[in-house]
Amino acid sequence: MEPYSRLTAVAVPLDDANIDTGRIFPSRFLRKPRSAGYHNFLFRDARFDETGNERPDFIMNRAPYRAARIVVAGANFACGSSREPAVYALVDAGFRCVIAPSLGDIFFSNCFRNGLLPVVLPAHDVIELRRQLHAQPGAHMTVDLDAQHVHGPDGGVYPFEIDATRKLRLAQGLDDAALARAYLAEIERFEREHLAAWPWAAVRAKAT
Amino acid sequence: MPTHVNRPLTLFEKIWNRHVVTASADGESLLYVDRNLVHEGSFLAFDLLRHAGSRVRKPSGTLAFVDHFAPTRRVEGDRAAAIFDADGRHVIMELEKNAQAHSLEFFGLADELQGIMHVVGPELGLVLPGLVITGNDSHTCTNGAFSAFAFGIGQSEIKQVLETQTVWRSKPKTMRVCIAGGLPPRVFSKDAALALIGRLGAGAGTGYVIEYAGSCVAAMSMEARMSLCNMSIEAGARSGMVGPDATTFDYLSRCPRAPKAGDWNDALEAWKGLATEVGAQFDREVSLDGNKLVPMVTWGTSLDQSAGIEGTVPRPADVEDADKRAVLERAISYMGLSPGTALRGIPIDRAFIGSCTNARVEDLRAAAEILKSSRVRVPTLISPGSMSVKRQAESEGLDRIFVSAGAEWGDASCSMCVGSNGDLVASGQRCASSSPRNFEGRQGIGARTHVMSPAMVAAAAVAGALVDVRAF
Ligand code: SF4
Repeated sequence: MEPYSRLTAVAVPLDDANIDTGRIFPSRFLRKPRSAGYHNFLFRDARFDETGNERPDFIMNRAPYRAARIVVAGANFACGSSREPAVYALVDAGFRCVIAPSLGDIFFSNCFRNGLLPVVLPAHDVIELRRQLHAQPGAHMTVDLDAQHVHGPDGGVYPFEIDATRKLRLAQGLDDAALARAYLAEIERFEREHLAAWPWAAVRAKAT
Repeated sequence: MPTHVNRPLTLFEKIWNRHVVTASADGESLLYVDRNLVHEGSFLAFDLLRHAGSRVRKPSGTLAFVDHFAPTRRVEGDRAAAIFDADGRHVIMELEKNAQAHSLEFFGLADELQGIMHVVGPELGLVLPGLVITGNDSHTCTNGAFSAFAFGIGQSEIKQVLETQTVWRSKPKTMRVCIAGGLPPRVFSKDAALALIGRLGAGAGTGYVIEYAGSCVAAMSMEARMSLCNMSIEAGARSGMVGPDATTFDYLSRCPRAPKAGDWNDALEAWKGLATEVGAQFDREVSLDGNKLVPMVTWGTSLDQSAGIEGTVPRPADVEDADKRAVLERAISYMGLSPGTALRGIPIDRAFIGSCTNARVEDLRAAAEILKSSRVRVPTLISPGSMSVKRQAESEGLDRIFVSAGAEWGDASCSMCVGSNGDLVASGQRCASSSPRNFEGRQGIGARTHVMSPAMVAAAAVAGALVDVRAF
């Protein structure tokens, strides 16, 4: 995974609260392989009408926001289904940061596995950022992972919190599964002891 | 808070402490996973595994279920022939191929035990108290009804579980939801869940694991507890759980894959020691009065947009905060409703009883009680949570009640909960549904979903409109 550092890019405001992962990536595309180009399915039903034409009223279709790599969203963004394709679609469309007052828990974890930085800021800060982005369509923002700062369009600085191990892994582009594999000997030992103490915890075979 | 050796512990803490392979001081711990449950969507995880040149470390640790794309109908008795489309057929085949390639237990369309993973795992006794359970589905939290720490994860994490049988986790905060009293007639755990989410907000549980407690929960069946835990994710909480008690043990003692003989006695001993201790601290405590609960209906597109059936669609004009007002306006407009409209009497176009929230035999019995000697006025689809549930319902004659009421009695599937198998609600149509989610487009593009209990869905189907099941 690509190491994460400092990102300066156009940001797009999405005002709705509770945008669920099904709106970000509609269910009917969950059967598609990643090679189908998941950016094509991002916000599909908001971006396109039934005949496949772009809806001009959807903010991501407006010229100043087409280059956006940062989303500034409403509360409880990406709640609902665990579908990681919601993250894939954002990443495949070029996004690398999502800022919101709160984010769906599973989406939040999935972000880290794909180099997408989820930033939680107080609701009033997020509202202020979205206000500025609406006032100056196409405005840039900067997200500085190292300093844990977001710089708004007007230069205002908003500090954010992030779990230390997650920050490190993101900054170094480390793969979680590889980090877990480094503990395989411990896992083997743990499993032996666990199942010796709780033999019933093993999956009981089908009666034949 | 300092950790004292003798500090009373919660159920969650006991399970957590038991499963930490390695802990980091300032972040995530590596947790051992006892069971990993996957459905068709896991092809992405298996692709990642293949791409990494890895293999499944512990084949018995993962079980595979065909549910999202399973057809509810048949073609000349054949289920596979009724699969909706080529893509659906492909992902079902992928799951079977991946299960075969890695020697995983597979519950496919031809299996008499096939069904929704959150229904089949528990009913077979594969889900046990004290275990850590992951799944590639957000409603994996359903399994917490059995005093397990169960949560949904994404495909990258599934790949890690396949490789290592572990997952990285930061320790969640704990919330206890105490429901006291007893549920009034025709009020169900689904109503308690909707009332809770309505009160807390759809994101309030984010970062928490919920333990449901109190006399009302203690009196609930395992089925009712599963519906309650299932809805935890709709409150934002990845996991919900109920403490182990005689109801849990009694249920498990009848499950074919639960521990037997000497193992059973050891297990029982361990399970009894898992309960939250008196004086254990939670980060947040919430209480609900079960006696005061009423049948709930969602009117909007988020699970906290609900009211009792005697309620009305809210008036955004009364809301001062512009952001909150905009949220209400959007939901009301999507749902094709007007501010101030009484919920009772809103006409519906179709009804669905099914899903991992409410398609167990107890749910079907509650629906049958309403449908007995009635006729439905709108197309009504009933899809049991598993083929075992289907056989049980048929042995009780419930299928005959459904069919003579004019409802369609299908096979086990996620079905119209999400429409992946082609059971879709048409754009602009209004559906009374026992499923867990009312999101925009959830049951089909432009579909309008009202979430409620199965008995409420049955009553709405008979009336052709939202009604109070207590008046039936
Ligand atoms: S029934 Fe619905 S909520 Fe449950 S697993 Fe299937 S699609 Fe998800």
